[in-house]
Amino acid sequence: MSMNQQGRPTGVKRSVTNSFEGASLLPLEPLLFEIGATDHTGVDLPDVELSSARLGAFTRQSPLDLPGLSEPEAMRHYVRLSRLNYSIDAGLYPLGSCTMKHNPRLNEKMARLPGFADVHPLQPISTVQGAIGVISELAEWLMVLTNTSAVAMSPKAGAHGELCGMMAIHAAHIANGEGHRTIVLVPESAHGTNPATAAFLGYKVKPIPAKADGTVDISAVEEALSSDVAAIMLTNPNTCGLFEPDVKKIADAVHKAGAYFYCDGANFNAIMGIARPGDLGIDAMHINLHKTFSTPHGGGGPGAGPVVLSKALAPFAPVPFVRQNSGKLELAEHAQGSKSLGRLTAFHGQMGMFTRALTYMLSHGGDGLAQAANDAVLNANYLKARLGAVFSMPFGEQHCMHEVLCDDDFLEGTGVTTLDFAKAMIDEGYHPMTMYFPLVVHGAMLIEPTESESLKALDAFAHTMLELAAAAKAGDTDRFTSAPHKAPMRRLDETGAARNPKLKWEKSR
Amino acid sequence: MRYLPHSDVDRAKMLKTIGVNSTQDLFDIIPPSLKVDKPLDLPAHSPEYAVEAHMQALASKNLTGSDGPFFVGAGAYRHHVPASVDHLIQRSEWLTAYTPYQPEISQGTLQMLFEFQTQVAHLTGMEVANASMYDGSTAAAEAILMARRITRRKKIIVSGGLHPQYRDVLRTYLKDDEGLVCRPSNPDGTAQIIGEVDELTAAIIVQTPDFYGHLHDINTLAEAAHEKGALLIVVVTEILALGIIEAPGALGADIVVGEGQSLGNPLGFGGPYVGLMATRQKFIRQIPGRLCGETVDAQGTRGFVLTLSTREQHIRREKATSNICTNAGLCALAFSIHLSLLGELGLKKLARINHANACKLADALAGIAGVSVINQTFFNEFTIRLNTEAQPVVQGLADKGILAGVPVSRLLPTEPEFNDLIVLAATELTSEEDIEALVSALREELS
Repeated sequence: MSMNQQGRPTGVKRSVTNSFEGASLLPLEPLLFEIGATDHTGVDLPDVELSSARLGAFTRQSPLDLPGLSEPEAMRHYVRLSRLNYSIDAGLYPLGSCTMKHNPRLNEKMARLPGFADVHPLQPISTVQGAIGVISELAEWLMVLTNTSAVAMSPKAGAHGELCGMMAIHAAHIANGEGHRTIVLVPESAHGTNPATAAFLGYKVKPIPAKADGTVDISAVEEALSSDVAAIMLTNPNTCGLFEPDVKKIADAVHKAGAYFYCDGANFNAIMGIARPGDLGIDAMHINLHKTFSTPHGGGGPGAGPVVLSKALAPFAPVPFVRQNSGKLELAEHAQGSKSLGRLTAFHGQMGMFTRALTYMLSHGGDGLAQAANDAVLNANYLKARLGAVFSMPFGEQHCMHEVLCDDDFLEGTGVTTLDFAKAMIDEGYHPMTMYFPLVVHGAMLIEPTESESLKALDAFAHTMLELAAAAKAGDTDRFTSAPHKAPMRRLDETGAARNPKLKWEKSR
Repeated sequence: MRYLPHSDVDRAKMLKTIGVNSTQDLFDIIPPSLKVDKPLDLPAHSPEYAVEAHMQALASKNLTGSDGPFFVGAGAYRHHVPASVDHLIQRSEWLTAYTPYQPEISQGTLQMLFEFQTQVAHLTGMEVANASMYDGSTAAAEAILMARRITRRKKIIVSGGLHPQYRDVLRTYLKDDEGLVCRPSNPDGTAQIIGEVDELTAAIIVQTPDFYGHLHDINTLAEAAHEKGALLIVVVTEILALGIIEAPGALGADIVVGEGQSLGNPLGFGGPYVGLMATRQKFIRQIPGRLCGETVDAQGTRGFVLTLSTREQHIRREKATSNICTNAGLCALAFSIHLSLLGELGLKKLARINHANACKLADALAGIAGVSVINQTFFNEFTIRLNTEAQPVVQGLADKGILAGVPVSRLLPTEPEFNDLIVLAATELTSEEDIEALVSALREELS
């Protein structure tokens, strides 16, 4: 592939134009319900007699109204639909806080080994020693990387992990006769899932302001701590892309006040192999396997959110968990008679994600994981350096971790908003960064390149970003406010969708 | 390291642009005492073939569904997944995209979710469905919370036929609060809950086919609930059943939740699966999780967006309907593709085959001395009672390579009166030979 002067692969530019402009190559696809028919099918099955049905009086009378597609029709429908999506494999995906790193295909291959894919969660334990072995090995890696002594493997996603960790904290307070603690401290920059989780468990959420440099104000934490505080939920590195330098002091203050430290581990990618959350004083932290450990994001899940726990919280871990018994692995599946907080899901958690994450860890090794964190931070700081002269960075005087945060000051007076800027990036062939998060920064743009991007890819991205900023400042407003022009669709009416919700296909009358 | 693009020359150039001497300098903000000072006790990076060998060795320690006769169900079912499903979900554009935050370049995922929502609504007989949940058990937990929000009442009556692990999840989510009334697990198939419904009741939650395989009279339960102003939540763990048994929505259910694994998704030792949630249009502002809606773009072309996000945590924070962020996008895609391939025609046939095989299995087992089938009704799984303790029998059969179902004691170890029960499932993958092998081995175990 040839390169232009900016180091941008020219082939990429051409294919972007083709895929997002050439209607002949990419017609919008009709709905399944408009192309399928109830008398079509893509699966050959024999007809069987039901001579002695045991369905009682419960046989289906109501219509199903489910169209079928033959295999070629199905292939075409889903391939065409897929081509309307942006993806990591097709381009840089700098969605801050989401860690859109490369998804190795070896992970996929390993997850599909029949020994993992074709195994039932309730088979006798003697027949699934290898599957439990995967859980056990992955747990071991996570504990070493975080310097903790226990890990709850079953949470299904990050937010489910938060629920798990906060439930463990709740259970510990009850067990210690501290059930009167009703307040959870949450910094203003936190992910929305943090306050939602605390509120879900009946806690009152008390916001903690940030200092001017974007990190948590320890004196504000100390002031907020009292005998009514159950926990603090802190993200580290935080959502402004900064490491919390006072994290250990905060942990000590929280513990001194009899509360626990929940850490949102969404940004663990920046510090794996470099700093261990256990050394930072955390009591519980979820780890998003789909962020840090490369399991695919799949268009929005499935995730997986194992939670590492301190010694204080370990006894309250949910079932199931793995234990050794005379050389054999066992699953403790019942909470009765223990301090366990109970069960958070049927079966044992996101096994398919465990297989992928373990494959990734074995591939990288301890050395490679640390190198990945180094490169992720290097890449973010490189973009920060490349963009810093033009883009306004509220906390720009310090090094960032794995993501760089800009605000919309640099767009002042241009008539271009963060949203407009993001939509114009689409026309240049890029998925936009995270917009308007964290909430503490006006018009936030949170850019996370991850370690998967090469220097050439970063240079091409920086070039485009600078060119867009220059165009905005030069008054080329329409390029932004009416963007995107080259995507499969123009800007969509989200307000209209919410005002008059149409959530399923209806036959036209 | 094959996943990291930089050479050391690249890194040096970048450090120079940043204006630091080494990457260590970028981590200056971390106090030295908190940094790892020597390499962690972990293996070093490995070539692809070595990783493959390691994982293969683990995989080979498991007995798989194709290694011998297989009758395990109880909430996860071994069905055939067409090759095209797995091919399609591995396309880069599906596999490596994220949540469709930018709808203009995510129409594939969004349209798929809109189609998925429609399919789930039709299948369950409900007016609307969401874009998926983590799995069936957490969907059930979210459903009871939703019922509490809608009715502003606390009492939840849990049927004795609900999957015991689902019941445990409800208990965990509600921290066993006083409003949760769990009927004892009951293998005899009677719901025994109508008498419990009163004016304080938010919802009844009932599973059909239930954990033991029995089908339930949803209509009567719905009437009993509605008479007191309560809601009826119906749980379906074997979603294929709805190809042949009546849709809960047609019988008065207010919320239907289910496990969608049976369509498109492998057993995978328990996950990831796909939770289904469907309800009435009037409750849409109380649904947890993502919703996809139809709209138009600036030129009036039909398109799709995530919608009603004012319910969700990233907007509402502590006032959100749920803390859920991720759904089960890729598993929902597999579900949707499989269901599109089947269509109504294939789904009905597949359900009939499953039922026919389960009938054959039940008849064959009923002919064994010391075995009785306890179900009058079932879809593709049912419960047998042995004249002896079930767990050692199931273990003995597993040692011979036959996976003979789930002894109820695995899930209800503290209820010794169920120690003689096994829940068994048959699917389209169950052959006559499998059934014969089980019958003769079971006869031997019991003699």
